[in-house]
Parts: sequence; C-alpha cells; structure tokens
Amino acid sequence: MLPKIIERDDLRAFVEALLADNVVVAPIRKGEKYVFSEVETFDEIALDYNISLLSPKKFFYPQIETVLKFKIGDRPESQAITEASPVIIFGIHPCDIAATWLLDEVFKEDPADPNYLEKRKKAVLIGLNCAQPCDEFSFCRDMGSYNVEEGFDLMLTDLGEKYFVEIGSKLGEEILVEGAHFRDATSGDLKDRQAYQEKKETNFVKRIPYDTKFLPEILEESYDSLVWDAIAKRCFSCGSCNIVCPTCYCFNVTDEVAASAAEGERKRVWDSCQLAEFTEVAGGEVFREERSSRLRHRFFRKGKWLLERYGKLGCVGCGRCDRNCLVKINSVEVYTQLAGEPVQ
Amino acid sequence: MTVEEKDRAAAIFKPETGRIVAARMLTETEKFFRVVLDHGGPLGHKPGQFVEVSIFGIGEAPISICSSPTQEDSFEMCVRNVGSVTNAMHQMGAGAEIGLRGPYGNGFDMEAMKGRDVLFVAGGLGMAPARGVIKYVLDKRHDFNIVTILYGAKNPSELLFKEDLEEWQARPDCDFHVTVDRPDDSWKGNTGVITTLFRNISNIDARNAWAVVVGPPVMYKYVILEALSIGIPESRILCSLERRMKCGVGKCGHCQISNVYVCKEGPVFTYSQIKRLREGI
Repeated sequence: MLPKIIERDDLRAFVEALLADNVVVAPIRKGEKYVFSEVETFDEIALDYNISLLSPKKFFYPQIETVLKFKIGDRPESQAITEASPVIIFGIHPCDIAATWLLDEVFKEDPADPNYLEKRKKAVLIGLNCAQPCDEFSFCRDMGSYNVEEGFDLMLTDLGEKYFVEIGSKLGEEILVEGAHFRDATSGDLKDRQAYQEKKETNFVKRIPYDTKFLPEILEESYDSLVWDAIAKRCFSCGSCNIVCPTCYCFNVTDEVAASAAEGERKRVWDSCQLAEFTEVAGGEVFREERSSRLRHRFFRKGKWLLERYGKLGCVGCGRCDRNCLVKINSVEVYTQLAGEPVQ
Repeated sequence: MTVEEKDRAAAIFKPETGRIVAARMLTETEKFFRVVLDHGGPLGHKPGQFVEVSIFGIGEAPISICSSPTQEDSFEMCVRNVGSVTNAMHQMGAGAEIGLRGPYGNGFDMEAMKGRDVLFVAGGLGMAPARGVIKYVLDKRHDFNIVTILYGAKNPSELLFKEDLEEWQARPDCDFHVTVDRPDDSWKGNTGVITTLFRNISNIDARNAWAVVVGPPVMYKYVILEALSIGIPESRILCSLERRMKCGVGKCGHCQISNVYVCKEGPVFTYSQIKRLREGI
C-alpha cells in the first residue's frame, strides 16, 4: 500500500478520532521515565519519549494473567479464560515491534496459545520511527531492529511539519479512513523520507565489534569461557533484566484461592531464568545452580537458542536489561568480551 | 463440537477431570494412583509420556505415567510426596476427582525397539516411568527379543511395585535383577549401586539392543558409561530426563536445555542427542 502523509497539526485530530472510539495506550511521562499506559487525551502522549520502562508486550502478554477459573470441592470444575479486548498501541518504537516477531512465533507454535494470540490479534500497532538512538545503552543497529519493514499496522516517521505514514496492514488502511486527514505521499515527500533515513543511518552506529550474524558461533565458542564467571561475579541474579525485556516470555503458573475457599483463579505470571528456583524440580535438584550458568543461559537464549528454534533473535538491542541492571552488566560489553576484544 | 470440547481445544491450560479409582501407599513416601478419565475414553498415551496433574487451589505438577497404554480403561501414577501438589494428592483416596492435562512429551518409540533386545535400567523413582515401558514390552512380549531389567534403590523399603517385581522375577521370559545401596537385615539380594548389576547381563546382542535408562540425575553418567562399554550404540541408549515442566507445551521455559524444551522434544532423548545438550545430564 502506498504511503500517506499527515500534517503535524492534523495528528492531534487523528489521535482524537481514535480516542473517541477506542482504548488507546501510548507512552506517557512518569517521573524521569516513560511508560505505556492508557491515555484519554492527545496531550498526555510523550511523542518525544526515548524508551518505555516496560515494552508494550504487556498488553498482549500481561505480567499477571488469569488463564483459568475453577471451583474447588468434590466435583472440581474449571473454565478457560482467554479474554481479549481491542487496544490501539500508539507510538511503539521499531525495536518493540521487532520484539513481537519472536513472541508471535513462540505463542503460535503448536499448541497455539490463545491467551496471547487473541490479545495480539486485537492489538493495533501504530509505530513511531526513531531518528536517533535512545541513549548510550541502545544497540538496536547491531541487532537489526532500528528499522522495521513489517509487524506494524501503521508506522509514522516525523519529518518536521509532516508525518510520513507507512501502511503495514489492511487494518492500518482502515484506521486511516477513520481520521481522513491523510493525503497520498508525493515524490517530494518520498525524498524527505529518504533524507530522514540517510540522517538516521549516520545517527545509529554499530557498537558490537562484529556482525551479529556471527553471534551464534561466537556464543558456541564461548560456552566454557570464564567470561561468564567473571561477569557473574557481580550479577545479583535478581532477574530485572528478564522483567524489562521485550522478548522474554518465560512464566510461572500459580493458583489463587478466593476468601470463600470454594473457588479461585489460575494465573500465569512472568518468571525469570536468573532465579535459582527456576529450574528446581520437586526432589530439590537445581539444574542451573551456578549464577554464571544462569547468566550464560540468558545470553545463549537471546543470541543463539531462540534463533535456532524460531528463526528470530531473542534480542532487539533495546538495552532495557542493561539500563536497569543494578550492577551495570552491559550486553555490548559481554558480546565484545566473548569475542576476545577489549571493552571500550 | 460442544462448548466444552471447544474450550478444551482452545485453551492450553484447561484440564480435563478424572476420578481416582484406586490409591495405596507403595512406600513411606510414594503413593500409587489409578485414574479413570471422566470422559470415559483412554488417556491415549505412549510409554514415557507425562501428565500435568491439577489440584485446583494448589497448582499443577508434572507426573509421569507408570502404566502401559495396553491397559486402556485407566492409567496409573506413582507420586512421591515432595511438593504442595503431590502432598495434596497424598491426602486423596479412591473417589477423589483431579484435573489432568496431557499426555505430554515424546514418549518412547516402541516401534523402533520391535524385534530387538531391550535392557531397562531404572534407579529409584525412575522405576515409575520405566514401569510403563516394561509393562508395554511384557504385554507385547512376542514383539521383542531378550528383555533384561535392572533396578536399583537406596534401600529395600524404597523398592516400588513389589508385586510387579515378584512377577518379573518369576517370569522365564525376562531377566530381572535388583540391587540396593544400603541393605537391611532381611535383605538377601544384591548390594551396591545399579552399575554393579551390569555384570549379570547375559546373552544380549548389545550392538542391536536398546537401553532404556530412567533414574535420578546423578545416575545417568554412570549407567550410560556402562551401556556404552558393553557395546550398545549411543543412538539406542534412551534416557528420560526430569525437569521442571510447568506448562507442558513448550512455552514457559522452565524445562529448557539449550534449544530444546524437555516437555516437547523430550523427556526421552537418545544419548547421541544428550551428549550435544549441554547441561543435559
């Protein structure tokens, strides 16, 4: 579908039209940081946000989600819960769109997960392009997620007085009609978009000293490296890296019983492979007892195992893990050190 | 499709229900359960598969099936009382209803073992999954060649399925050996770790035999070494690995080893696969 243009002054009217009939979530300011949250007005939206604390993943894969309601007693009964309501995610950045590629593969794999897929199907993704990296933690250029060609319904690129609008789906096309503030892009607009891209390519730089297509091999060669032990010396195994990651999807399942003790809910809750009990079996055996083995597990998943299994990298280079690490473990430094290169 | 069937097809967390029709203690810590599904049909499992047992309000736990699919009207489990779900199960007797998801996992490829010698090596609670395979082989005895069963437990009181053991001991068409690490005064049999039983194996055609190895994590290396040293090829040494299989459907990540999910690609792996799976054994 051919790209469109919306004038900067018309964006408000477009978003307000969306707000009138839909639940819209967008980046908003929260203290020093940004979060994706439901908005009621256009002015709440922080269009210039760099990165949100959690990715919009939480709207199709919530931190805590009821998957079953049950009745306790002599005749136990249960009912599957796969509720999903429509939501428009406005302002999602390319890296977080790229993160959905992996999640979609994981939850589509047989047996398909209706809890995720129903929510995903009902989520409209309106992307917002980035002209420059969020900060010194970003390595999205290395991970190939700083530009995305697919996975969005609409993608907005800020060209100053106007936004360049790429249409990624039939649904995206339908939303445009709703606003009716759009015109076809002219050759002049395309030139402006090209100039934006050229500037963008110089703004985003690679930070890992090798092409990440070699990441699986670099990791393979480094399985027994002492680098893992060296980094793990300062790792707290707190799991913050997992919780803020846009591609992490591991979960625990727990039961909650109502005060009546006659019924309750089974919930799926985000979990962390960095916690020792993650691999603990009933007999007490823990299969990744060493902190270094858990740290290594996370990096192997991100850079090798998920790629081998699903054809998608488990890391989009958003840098949230590093930004939130209590002891400043830095992925770019880890990947650099694994290749035997000096850390900058 | 009825609403309930649709529900079941759509949701991976929706258990069906089954009724415990028999329950008894096998040892101080292990309890035996026979379950009939409420829908009346068979579980439809392969030997070596597992189910997620669901006790509403407490949670789910992966439990291996210890009966053979040749027994169609019900299936059986042997449950050690070690966690909250298994503790709740231990409070249950005949007539109680439980939730069940599954069967899950790949199970053993029984077709591939046809016509061959089969060597079973079971340690401790590993006899539970092994029993399902052994019973299958003995129920279809003419399909297999020499059947050898080696079983080891810490002490005589921890031996599971004593009636089955007596039957296997008595059967002329299977070679059964049992050992305990720590004998008591009444024990007259073999003493020592399970690998000491390998010297009792006779007449098997190791190059064409299959080994089925199930036991605690610490056992695998030693038993695989013995199996390899008598000449069983690594592609025919089958091990069932224990992991924390929380969802059973390859999503939750708990049972992941390298790029495989034990609940989906396993729990049965050949040693040729395991030697490439770091952290496997």
